[in-house]
Amino acid sequence: MKCQRCERPATFHITDLVDGEPNELHLCEECAQTYLTPTEEEAAEVMPAMAGLLAQHLAVGESADDLKRLDQRACPVCGITFLEFRKQGRLGCPHDYTFFAEELEPLLMNIHDDTQHIGKSPKCGAAGADQQTQIIRLRREMKEAVATESYERASELRDEIRALEEQFRKDNG
Amino acid sequence: MNLDDLVSTNGEWLRGSGPEADIVISSRIRLARNLADFPFISKTTESDRAEIERILHSQIQAIQEAGKAPGDALYLNVTDLAEVDRQFLVERQLISREHAESDGARSVVIDTDERYSVMINEEDHLRIQVMHSGLDLEAALQRINMLDDLIEEQVNYAFSDKLGYLTACPTNVGTGLRVSVMLHLPALVITRQIEKVFKSLQKINLAVRGLYGEGSQATGDFYQISNQVTLGQTEEGLAKKVADVVPVLISYERQAREFLIHESQETLHDRVSRAFGILRTAQTISSEETLHLLSSVRMGINLGLIGDLPIPTINKLLIHTQPAHLQKLSGNELDAADRNIERATYLRQHLNVDGTSDPSNN
Ligand SMILES: [Zn+2]
Ligand SMILES: [Zn+2]
Repeated sequence: MKCQRCERPATFHITDLVDGEPNELHLCEECAQTYLTPTEEEAAEVMPAMAGLLAQHLAVGESADDLKRLDQRACPVCGITFLEFRKQGRLGCPHDYTFFAEELEPLLMNIHDDTQHIGKSPKCGAAGADQQTQIIRLRREMKEAVATESYERASELRDEIRALEEQFRKDNG
Repeated sequence: MNLDDLVSTNGEWLRGSGPEADIVISSRIRLARNLADFPFISKTTESDRAEIERILHSQIQAIQEAGKAPGDALYLNVTDLAEVDRQFLVERQLISREHAESDGARSVVIDTDERYSVMINEEDHLRIQVMHSGLDLEAALQRINMLDDLIEEQVNYAFSDKLGYLTACPTNVGTGLRVSVMLHLPALVITRQIEKVFKSLQKINLAVRGLYGEGSQATGDFYQISNQVTLGQTEEGLAKKVADVVPVLISYERQAREFLIHESQETLHDRVSRAFGILRTAQTISSEETLHLLSSVRMGINLGLIGDLPIPTINKLLIHTQPAHLQKLSGNELDAADRNIERATYLRQHLNVDGTSDPSNN
């Protein structure tokens, strides 16, 4: 068999995936080498890291002041700032998906090409997401109260948390 | 059963059976889940993590004791494990490297037949993984759904109707599902088609990683193919996307093997025989070289160039010659130089089994 790109005999038989469909190529060693060596553009085409992704979409249409303001926004439940998230690529609590929804939307679109879940969902329903985030917030407040030696406030918070946890168990029992 | 008992056993995923097992080593699926009433790991306190660990551990134990999950389970407190034991679990792919190296209260529940493991307090509160030998994604998906349902009956997962299961990293949100298939593709590497294949996979949003996941250089021609997207598709759809591409890769690899046999059987036979020869006689050998040579031998067995050596033996050697496995098997802490000697000894013992004595001892 002759090489598809020159007159030499084809010794490389390459099957390429084009949109998931196999596409056969028969090439000599030299042409195969050229074909298989990634161009610079192709080499750069690796999944960009989260930070890069964020930087990309944040840079568009946002002034430095806007960015600064955005970075300082903190989730009222877990306290994570957007800057912290940008640095570590990990969110602090489930509520962040609501609190930073606007900022996360283009990121999710970039990663998943979609922003709506259509897979499995919990059989018993996702009961009381608000209650749950409230528990997270109260626990954090209690910790802060203990740290500042506001023990009275801490014990109030503890009772509140217990009541919520109790109610929670009943709802799901 | 304890961790040391795992050392001498050979888990389900190394069984070397199952559909297409000459090329597909294993099929794995993992799910990421978080409790709704705790922050994600990065914002937890030490006591939060201990509490999460306690809740999830006791729920999984209850499921086990009720006989709902298959087989026996081994519970390990990762925080308390010696470094070599943590490394051992990573080599065995029962925990992630991140889980081995992070801090704070964390644990793993392992099915003693190694069909599933559950990591508590990894990047997410819960990481469930299921592994099967060969190409068997449908069964793996069924099993992981069952485990997920059982746990979900007991706890409240963080979930939203819009974004599905909420995870610490937005790359896992939605289904929290990662489907991966580990393939042995030596002929595609030899014929230099592998790069091209990878680029095509990336174009359809599938990731390619080495034997030990994230960032690891694929060595010994073993590669994991997995989905990148987790949101906007069903679990079945995500599994199907990977399942559909695997037969194509298998047929490329088979074509490439046939091509090598056809074009240069002597060269291929020589390569395989030399690899086998080195493994049977070396006095000191690195794990990297071992992986490369075992890869050649594995292909040689599948092509009938080396007789009488079962594939499960090679699969076992691939794992048992890793650093922590060698140390556990020998019962000693060994530095790199001593490991290379121990590794060579272990290989000679296990590959000179045809009645002839170890040729290097003469
Ligand atoms: Zn040519
Ligand atoms: Zn938060």
